[in-house]
Amino acid sequence: MLMETIVPLMVIIPLGAAFTVVILSNLKVVSRLARIIAPLAIAVNLTLSIWICVYSYYYGDATVWAGRWDGIAGRPIGIELVCDGFARLMLVTINLVAFAAIIFSTAYMERFTTIWLYDSLFLLMTGAMNGVVLSGDLFNMYVFIEIAAISSYGLVAFGTEREELEAAFKYLTLGVIGSTFILIGVTVLYSLTGQLNMTRVARIISLRGISQSPAVILAAASLIGGLSLKAAMVPFHAWLPDAHPSAPAPISAMLSGVLIKAAGVYAVVRIIFNVLGINPYYANVLIALGALSMVIGVFLAIGQWDFKRLLAYHSISQMGYVVMSIGVAAAVVARGGSMMAASLCMLGGLFHMFNHAAFKSLLFLSSGSIEQATGTRHLKKMGGLARRMPLTSFCCRVGALSIAGVPPFNGFFSKLIIIIGLVVAGYPILAALAVLVALMTLLSFIKVQRYALEGPVSEQTNSVRESSWQMGLGMVILAVVCVLAGLALIPLKQYLFDPAGNALLNKAASMKNLLVEAVK
Amino acid sequence: MGIAIYILAFVFILLGVYALIAKKNVIRIIIGIGILEYGVNLLLVLVGYRKGGMAPILANGQSSANLAGRAVDPLPQAMVLTSIVIGLSITALAVALAIRLYDKYGTFDMNDIRDLRG
Repeated sequence: MLMETIVPLMVIIPLGAAFTVVILSNLKVVSRLARIIAPLAIAVNLTLSIWICVYSYYYGDATVWAGRWDGIAGRPIGIELVCDGFARLMLVTINLVAFAAIIFSTAYMERFTTIWLYDSLFLLMTGAMNGVVLSGDLFNMYVFIEIAAISSYGLVAFGTEREELEAAFKYLTLGVIGSTFILIGVTVLYSLTGQLNMTRVARIISLRGISQSPAVILAAASLIGGLSLKAAMVPFHAWLPDAHPSAPAPISAMLSGVLIKAAGVYAVVRIIFNVLGINPYYANVLIALGALSMVIGVFLAIGQWDFKRLLAYHSISQMGYVVMSIGVAAAVVARGGSMMAASLCMLGGLFHMFNHAAFKSLLFLSSGSIEQATGTRHLKKMGGLARRMPLTSFCCRVGALSIAGVPPFNGFFSKLIIIIGLVVAGYPILAALAVLVALMTLLSFIKVQRYALEGPVSEQTNSVRESSWQMGLGMVILAVVCVLAGLALIPLKQYLFDPAGNALLNKAASMKNLLVEAVK
Repeated sequence: MGIAIYILAFVFILLGVYALIAKKNVIRIIIGIGILEYGVNLLLVLVGYRKGGMAPILANGQSSANLAGRAVDPLPQAMVLTSIVIGLSITALAVALAIRLYDKYGTFDMNDIRDLRG
């Protein structure tokens, strides 16, 4: 009963707060009050998401029906909110990054006008992402993906300068193509099964044994194509390096840190594992997308001199690791291989997804702090920041060491698990590629350290001062997560990653059994 | 005859995608977004279509099984309304961006709007 109240609140609080901010900011008496609503709402959400994690660990998964109608046939009709392990992992990730970003932006956004619009869009985006990961209904998931996408178009254009507007328009154009294909996929699945609920669609597909029929393949192609576009996987990545750096820094952190995961990778993994059912073809598509993104992303990143653009290309590359390793887990399950290898790859992928959210957001926040102090994003124009901005530099270093995979930071452990998992699952070539990409990532971040933080003090950095304490606090939260997530892997695995991996693998395995029975 | 309208929906979708990818004028791209949305909405509403079907409203004294046997599927109609609203807000946002782009660049040609390098 308690969960029935709490789980919908994850969506209701941010969505409600988004509109409250707009109303309160325009009433003269309370307009100062409106500034604290957004941080407050996100803080409540973060607390609730952690509470849900711990509670569900002891009392099991919760399924909540919003707007339930019991119907005639005895099967409830309504919007199902599924709070299983995978959804809980994403909830914690989203709200953690959102909390750090909103604290950072209380100071960072001072130089913009109409901050209430920013707060409102930020809350809408966070609430919509919570909705995407909780949704157990295909159409509902599409609607939340669209809400998140539309608010992110607005946030990318928030500066309304030449570059921001251009990037936002390109992002919107490609985003529309992506969401249209998602909707086509949902439509085809609905016309085939007459259901929108993911569990029921999955059941009907496996019971009728139609997972190889042309209609399902059309739906799968549309969904995987559309969602990979949202996730910026490599042939569909062209919008990301424009859109992510053009947004204000906390929004870059949210877009790179969680939006491409919640609206892209999460959705595609959920649909392949829990709706369409895994088979070798989908697994190979995931592996190919992941490996391509991983390699091409890092090659594009290495030549960049714009700090935020470099980080954006690394996002493509790091998400490649996640998708590839989850794809290998799917391939192992599909061919009936050892569950140990599958769950190892799954753990690596999910852990890396969480870590990437922490360190990439941290790097984007510190790039924002540097940009605000020095007025430039060009690495060659920086220099000597380690002495001028000690806290920012320290946090930037923690993030760079984490993404480069240096022990004992979190990125090292997740990359290690992925590489071991790939070898155990029988993909030594991919494992070698993963090592190569890790080395190139390290190389690229040595360049960042060398040009931005070390070296002689340039004219532009001579008079800079450390940023305000709110920005520092936002960065320190994520830096602590980066350090702790590596050290506290065992408890995190128990409470977060194992339930998440099991939610995917067990459901996929049970669907496969249904299919085998149906064929008999 | 039945298949023709499905083909029309896919023609719309392909035209829209073509306009979004190949056209270089901001206004034409926005029109492409509109065509794309129409195509998907048409497809969506066709899914619930039934030849000679009646409106899904329970008449006085009619049994629900009778209605379910004769009426069109109401769910895609509810979905298409949501989809239309989403399409409207995207078009509105795109037009707003186009106005601001014109203010900054003085042109609607995407070939001239390229400060960001690939």
